[in-house]
Amino acid sequence: MLDFLIAQTLNGLVYSMLLFLLALGLSLTFGMLRVINLAHGAFYLMGAYFGLTAWNLTHSFWAAIIVATAGAAIVGMLLERSWLQRFYVRNELDQVILTFGFALVFADIMKMLWGKDIHSIPVPPLLSGAVQIAGTYFPAYRLILVGVGVALFVATWLAIERTRTGALIRASVADRVMVSGLGFNIRLLFTYVFGFGTAIAGLAGVLGAPITGIYPGLDFEVLITTLIVVVVGGLGNISGAFWAALLIGLAETYGKALYPAAASFIIFGLMAAVLLIRAWGRDEEDVE
Amino acid sequence: MTVADVIVQRRSKPFVALRLWSVLGLMIAAFAAAPFLGMPQFVQALVIEILVFSLLALSLNVLLGYTGLVSFGHAAFFGIAGYAVGIIAIHISTDILVTFPLAVLVAALCAVPIGWLSIRLSGFYFLMITFAFAQMVFVAAFRWKPVTGGSDGLIVPGATLFGAPILGSRESFYFFVLAVFTVCAALLYAVVTSRFGRTLVGIRESTPRMRALGYNVRRYKLAAFVVGATFGGVAGVLNSLFNLFIAPESAHWTQSALVLVMVLIGGAGYFVGPIIGATIVLLLQHWLSSYTEYWGLVLGILFIVLITGAREGIAGLVMQGWSHLRGKGP
Repeated sequence: MLDFLIAQTLNGLVYSMLLFLLALGLSLTFGMLRVINLAHGAFYLMGAYFGLTAWNLTHSFWAAIIVATAGAAIVGMLLERSWLQRFYVRNELDQVILTFGFALVFADIMKMLWGKDIHSIPVPPLLSGAVQIAGTYFPAYRLILVGVGVALFVATWLAIERTRTGALIRASVADRVMVSGLGFNIRLLFTYVFGFGTAIAGLAGVLGAPITGIYPGLDFEVLITTLIVVVVGGLGNISGAFWAALLIGLAETYGKALYPAAASFIIFGLMAAVLLIRAWGRDEEDVE
Repeated sequence: MTVADVIVQRRSKPFVALRLWSVLGLMIAAFAAAPFLGMPQFVQALVIEILVFSLLALSLNVLLGYTGLVSFGHAAFFGIAGYAVGIIAIHISTDILVTFPLAVLVAALCAVPIGWLSIRLSGFYFLMITFAFAQMVFVAAFRWKPVTGGSDGLIVPGATLFGAPILGSRESFYFFVLAVFTVCAALLYAVVTSRFGRTLVGIRESTPRMRALGYNVRRYKLAAFVVGATFGGVAGVLNSLFNLFIAPESAHWTQSALVLVMVLIGGAGYFVGPIIGATIVLLLQHWLSSYTEYWGLVLGILFIVLITGAREGIAGLVMQGWSHLRGKGP
């Protein structure tokens, strides 16, 4: 029983970290650009496919990571520059529809390029072993993933709270008109932040590939769970996203292991409950 | 020119409304006559499907177009009523006078608590909570195997009337759907042009102002939610009785998204918008699926082009062109 609990907890933590990497980009993009990017899941799958192609060519996991991250960043920045930028003045619904349109387009283009089969990237030999901690063996790769997630959380948090660029980002979240009035090139900053978000999603895709596999439809699966994480954590709130990713990731993993019929019921119920608790007692629903 | 202007303008110009209704009336008469003039069976099936989804899209438009509530879970009520028909027909009675009203009532009753909770949120959060509730309905349909048949779906027994089987032939069902659609569309038109409907438009345009005028905004939103769900339920009943089968997918979020697409492509806030949207989307789907499997790509491009170029959908484009032709364009 204890072994089962430990194994499920590790699985849950790994899943949580992948969710956090996705939620980080989505939440940051929303906080700053005020855009809910429904194409975010597509960047996860895109990263995984880019990584797959790089791995097939070079058989190097590190090349796969670099290609996936850079590829997702470039596509993301192109999308932001070419299309999204002129939608910043539009309302929420327009942006949701636009990015959903791109999600559909990306999904089919990936299906054309990489087919419908289920692929996977093997764990690099260096990390394929198991580590013994307190008498129990843990797969090294999964432990590393948890470490990467926590490290990225801390690094992003420090970057936003402690650096000059971070201060600029925080200022833009608060009042972007004022920041651009002070002479900062906020358009470029937006492009970089968006690109950072999609890059992290692509990174999550390639890192998650040995665990989740790579197949069409995965983009919408991860998008839905990420949206739940971001909503539970509070849109634009990065530490909120971290703790929400832990909550949702663990809840779904335990739920699937203990009571499979209700696993997705639990996370949708959690989201509905959090939304309602936040809205309760308010007279007006216009306030977010 | 905003949507509200068009609605106001239409009210002050009875000729436009008259012309709209004579056109719709002629179309319905033509559809009613078509089977006698040799409309093939597969076209009848397509028209049935278009009418069912037009009704579903019309019902969503009460929320989306008139009240400004973007529901991403409208298929829940389509699915609930669809399952209710099957379950009632299996366990209680297959008589259409029992199944039809009871299933619609079930959808409406489910909409009361779901709506009561959901309307406490607005904007993107409203979208997410309706989505969450709809996915719960989907999961229930998928997992509650003894009642819903799970992923296999549920075979719906054919409808009867006082013990005799009815609507067995394609043709009889065609007339039945046409009649139900006409009645429901007329009812919905009466709803959105009534005092109640104009209050909903007021809430969409400025909620704080309506609140300041003393309207109980939440009660109106809840009423709009229940009205939308009820007519969505009617569409669900028609769908189940036509296919004699219902599967969890009918409550899935992709179904909700498809209806949302229909309303937006046709033009949210215009009464005929959802009908135009449902027709275009279904015709495209049928036509393209014989050429390509990349239906999502086409839909996505349609989305991007429309939202970039024509925010008020095809009905909006037509109205703009119309007022442009008459020399009083915006």
